[in-house]
Amino acid sequence: MTALTALTALLSGLVFGFGLLLSGMADPAKVLAFLDLAGAWDPSLMLVMAGAIAVALPAFAWAGRMKTALLGQPMQLPTARQIDRRLVLGSLGFGVGWGIAGICPGPALVLVGAGQIKGLVFVLAMLAGMLLFALLERRWPR
Amino acid sequence: MQVDWTAFTPVASLAGGLLIGLAAAILILANGRVAGISGILGGLLQPRAGERAWRWMFLLGLLAAPLLMRLGASLPPMHIDAGMGQIVLAGLLVGLGTRYGAGCTSGHGVCGLSRFSLRSAVATACFMAAGFASVYLLRHVAGF
Repeated sequence: MTALTALTALLSGLVFGFGLLLSGMADPAKVLAFLDLAGAWDPSLMLVMAGAIAVALPAFAWAGRMKTALLGQPMQLPTARQIDRRLVLGSLGFGVGWGIAGICPGPALVLVGAGQIKGLVFVLAMLAGMLLFALLERRWPR
Repeated sequence: MQVDWTAFTPVASLAGGLLIGLAAAILILANGRVAGISGILGGLLQPRAGERAWRWMFLLGLLAAPLLMRLGASLPPMHIDAGMGQIVLAGLLVGLGTRYGAGCTSGHGVCGLSRFSLRSAVATACFMAAGFASVYLLRHVAGF
């Protein structure tokens, strides 16, 4: 990693964080209001997704034609195609957890930066879950 | 379905979404890496040589965003209604689930759908459906 790629990674994280804050994604109560179809539904988060994809789509279309990224590192687009039990059960488990607290990984980190104790507890539990995955993978490789 | 128009924030949410897309665009075009937050975090727990520094820098940016925003403006509301027990359970499920499912709202939802990945579309449909079901059961059946 060069100084420049470190800077662009930092910039990307910052802009991502600002986007989460501005959009309302960093407010768990607002996320839950979006997920609560049977309650007083707040459709705002559909626009977050629409806005994000409107910018990311042309960027990924361009990236798909590049062998190396603009700063010279190899272009690492995901190559996995398989739709299997891990993908489905893992994503279902994530969704259940998302619905319990209204927090997904990006907003969790923003909550920590904003000094929210519950955000920190969530991140520690999330890291424990990720470590558990790493241990299970080592014990019973795929 | 009853839409709560008083809570609807179309301009801020669309603008925030554009920023999230811009962040993903910067990381893929400049660095050749996908802005999937669970993958970036998980990669630090299962590290490959030379793939640590950019992850730390990206996460540092996410953590610093509210601190920087506070210098020029007040932070938006961030209400966490869940109790500590729910927070711990939710965190564990999100950590395990995003690693087994190889992505979260950013990696599968934003980046995957932008790449027209069927795998990411299936993952997104699964976590959205489970999120809707989870909230329905907790709020309207269990009465939390």
